[in-house]
Amino acid sequence: MLMLTEFGKVFIFILLGAIFVTIAIIAAKLVSPNRPTHEKLLTYECGENPVGSPWVKFNIRFYVVALIFLIFDVEVVLLFPWALVYKGFGIFGFLTGIIFLVILGLGMAYEWRKGDLEWARPHPIPPELDKVLSKKE
Amino acid sequence: MSIMEIVVITLIKIVAILSVFLLSVAYSVYFERKIASWAQNRVGPNRVGWNGLLQPFADVFKLLLKEDIVPEASNKPLHTLAPFIALLVAFSTYAVIPFGPEVELFGYKINLVVADVNIGILYVLAFTSIAVYGITFAGWSSGSKYSLLGGIRSSAQMISYEVSMGFSVGGVILLAESLSPVKIVEAQHGWMWNAIIQPIGFITFLVSSFAETNRLPFDLPEAEPELVGGYHTEYSSMKFAGFFLAEYANMIISSALITTLYLGGWQNPLVDIFHIQGGWAVAMQVGAFMIKIALLLFFFIWVRWSLPRFRYDQLMNLGWKVMFPLALLNIIWVAVLIMVFKI
Amino acid sequence: MTLYDIIFYLFALITIGSAMLVVTTKNIVHAAFALLLTFFGVAGIYVLLAADFLAIVQIMVYVGGILVLIIFGVMLTNKITSVEIKTGTLNVLTASIVIGVFMGLVVSIMVWTGWYSMPAPIPATTAYGLGETLISDYALIFELLAMLLLIALVGAASIARREKESL
Repeated sequence: MLMLTEFGKVFIFILLGAIFVTIAIIAAKLVSPNRPTHEKLLTYECGENPVGSPWVKFNIRFYVVALIFLIFDVEVVLLFPWALVYKGFGIFGFLTGIIFLVILGLGMAYEWRKGDLEWARPHPIPPELDKVLSKKE
Repeated sequence: MSIMEIVVITLIKIVAILSVFLLSVAYSVYFERKIASWAQNRVGPNRVGWNGLLQPFADVFKLLLKEDIVPEASNKPLHTLAPFIALLVAFSTYAVIPFGPEVELFGYKINLVVADVNIGILYVLAFTSIAVYGITFAGWSSGSKYSLLGGIRSSAQMISYEVSMGFSVGGVILLAESLSPVKIVEAQHGWMWNAIIQPIGFITFLVSSFAETNRLPFDLPEAEPELVGGYHTEYSSMKFAGFFLAEYANMIISSALITTLYLGGWQNPLVDIFHIQGGWAVAMQVGAFMIKIALLLFFFIWVRWSLPRFRYDQLMNLGWKVMFPLALLNIIWVAVLIMVFKI
Repeated sequence: MTLYDIIFYLFALITIGSAMLVVTTKNIVHAAFALLLTFFGVAGIYVLLAADFLAIVQIMVYVGGILVLIIFGVMLTNKITSVEIKTGTLNVLTASIVIGVFMGLVVSIMVWTGWYSMPAPIPATTAYGLGETLISDYALIFELLAMLLLIALVGAASIARREKESL
């Protein structure tokens, strides 16, 4: 039962935190003025009326990163039980872990080599000083 | 102890911690503004109260009294839920971090931690991974291009650094043989701090915490020159305050976590050197914990006002090509260390 | 009804209620949010069953990883938010027959099976036992798992890469 009461304490903690946050948001609702106009409720776009859909398309790399993350997240979770009992298993535990880590590293090396971790770099064209000067003359 | 006594003691602890925590969150904002003014050779807040000490309360009341603007293009339920998630997740993590040793008070043995959960470190990691949702939902539900871009950037950044964070924690678990923060602190007795034994892990964890809290130089989600306000562009009033406080709450949590995992938690070597016992020892240990957190907080703020922002490709390269291999190296280093020295 | 039961039913209610929301809501991001609550409810039930490590893994992998992936996928699919996604009700008769039969099967199993329960010591944490079996009895499985994840990684990355080239 000891275990459950510790989690119970966490549960109470989260519950009290939730109550506090709710009270704060409701209090703000009660005391703050509320006079909406159409202009006020427009999406901010540097003073202009918003153009087009707000849900713009974005780079597929974000998705690839999330995929890679998911795999490594699972590996982290698998590594924790190993790390927990590592000291009791001597050289055998060491080898088990190292092989696991090497396989992990292989996956990483593959991603690296194949360029899945590359992001678009900016290619700035710096203005050349003599050209700028010659234009002015 | 009867179950009633346990419940009452727990409630007292929770209320005490929540109030101290809220107060320190409010004052870390003041702390940041003062250090910023010092770094930029300005005066900083000095009008409300002595030296501006009441400024945090003035700010909170100002935000409380502001009109809450929910844009027409936004998705209303999620727009309200997002700051709620952000703030709640920021609070919840603190439940498992120990701030002192076991003490005897009025005949009760009290552990100076809300809940000594056996898998506390995993609990912290799990809640850090939930923190992504507050920002992602804020970005999506606002119905603004800037918010969406900020939200997406932020979630990709946070998950990227979460991996190195997880692997860095692996090294700590190897040494402590436990997932409980209380045991991890106890394992770092004297000068056996993890920051000294595994400096690489310490650095990777520190850098990852910067990225997880979206602090400069990793504050791309709210990079003001390109994204206005990032994911909280469309937020105002108390909901904005929610995100604002969550950022500082996360900073304090990260400092507490780094202290617990790498800087010996409440361990104070002076107590052993001078053989201090009883109440003074406990006071010194809790004091040491607070001083360590304050120093780390200062470091967070100092870095913000000293370094420029990364470019997004630099940020991703640092996360995957530098921090990740280093964190793996750290695990191997600790494993070899245990093999050779049998510590 | 003890406190334990009340909390159990609370989590069960959260799980089932949000799962209902996942399948009925028209807005796909709302569905993702409801899925978050479902995963939470399941994690809570795991904690009540003293499977603490599994509960945390549930949150770390499902909430922290898979759901992020789902949300990214939803957001990547352009215009999905401006188009009203309506999943119409099709084949009502067939579906209700299949569900009815399946439901009857599950309920009859539930009612007619003699459920024996015996008190078992609650381990301090299940993580130690898991680690020990992973290193000793299932060391090979442990390494094969790593291989499996490696294959998944390579496969997923190459599929995503091909899509990128065609775009």
